[in-house]
Amino acid sequence: MKDVLTPTQAAQKVKDGMAVMVGGFMAVGSPNRVIDALVEEKVKELTLIVNDTGFPDQGVGKMVAADQLQKVIVSHIGTNKITGEKMNNKEIEVELVPQGTLAEQIRAGGSGLGGVLTPTGVGTVVQEGKRVINVDGQDFLLATPLRADVALLKAHKADRAGNLVFRRAARNFNPLMATAAELVIVEVDEILETGSLDPDEVVTPGIFVDYLVRGEVQDNG
Amino acid sequence: MDKQEKRNLIARRVASEFKDGDVVNLGIGMPTLVANFLDSNKQVILQSENGFLGVGPAPEPGQEDPDVVNAGGQPVTILTGGACFDSATSFGIIRGGHVDATVLGTLEVDEEGNLANWMVPGKLVPGMGGAMDLVVGAKKVIIATEHCTKKGEPKILKKCRLPLTATKEVDLIVTELAVIEVTLSGLLLREVAEHSSLEEVQEKTEAELIIPEEVGVLK
Repeated sequence: MKDVLTPTQAAQKVKDGMAVMVGGFMAVGSPNRVIDALVEEKVKELTLIVNDTGFPDQGVGKMVAADQLQKVIVSHIGTNKITGEKMNNKEIEVELVPQGTLAEQIRAGGSGLGGVLTPTGVGTVVQEGKRVINVDGQDFLLATPLRADVALLKAHKADRAGNLVFRRAARNFNPLMATAAELVIVEVDEILETGSLDPDEVVTPGIFVDYLVRGEVQDNG
Repeated sequence: MDKQEKRNLIARRVASEFKDGDVVNLGIGMPTLVANFLDSNKQVILQSENGFLGVGPAPEPGQEDPDVVNAGGQPVTILTGGACFDSATSFGIIRGGHVDATVLGTLEVDEEGNLANWMVPGKLVPGMGGAMDLVVGAKKVIIATEHCTKKGEPKILKKCRLPLTATKEVDLIVTELAVIEVTLSGLLLREVAEHSSLEEVQEKTEAELIIPEEVGVLK
């Protein structure tokens, strides 16, 4: 049985200076209640690992606007002007990573791999500082594993054993990040009794999950 | 020709490149328009890199599902037979050669098939998102772009000056003036728009074009 936390209790697990992974793609599939609580708790100097920085008023964009980040490892910041401004003012360090490479770095971090070889970025600035490894005549870049102290995720349904089911495009980075952090907190629309989910339906097994948080949908119901 | 007419011309021409059964990823902006011109007699399966296959048209107003958006964040639908997956699977599909074609806009493209479409140093740094993976992984890379920049300067160059998205990956360039194929010997002019001429296309292209005996009409 996984404990169900309030958004504030969840946010209080995140300490200053931690590396935090947050699920979501342009704020779809982001744990919005936990993010709101994190902004209220004023946790700071975080390293954020996330696909994109959302919008100034949506998703992790709120954490950017609230000056909570020291560094972001991210594939896209174009939908949130504030990230770009803070990057130019050297208030936030931004490490841009191709989206597929970011996904594989997280997957590697969660599955005990020493890294992944990808053709993406060969011959571009992404190659700078990376090891180039030639396999059978083709150059690849070594993408090293990424892990975090905490992953803050969003799922559609969970049972009390922590098994997760996602919905549509809200899945994105969530199942990957569930495997790659010391502490995994998942905001869900619906928390069901254990046994309500068919084992074949489960996308992320409950062993990866530490805590659940009730999402907005259930709150309104 | 106004901007919308140019965009529609480009999108319609790009759409005609696909074969029945192709898996296609359309980039944000003008490439997304291509979906409006797909031949209904062919099944073209659209992939959205945020995690599904079977992208359908925009929903009726009021029918939007917040969890069903394309990679540009616009509400779309998922067609019958569609499938959802996580980002590692999505980019496995992309890099693994399971996407037949990708359509992207660009800032610059050159005669070697290099393209630059993800940053302007000191000005605009949106990030590469999935673009670098798409151009490396897709079997065919189609650039859909207006022929020149807003200032009227060529976008089709001898050598890209901006930081590259990928090297030697572009296969076809479709603009409102011409269709140009990237070959090992350079840029081969395939078609010239009805409203344009060989001279205009070459004048607005920095790279030297190879002109075959027969040049088609882009309309």
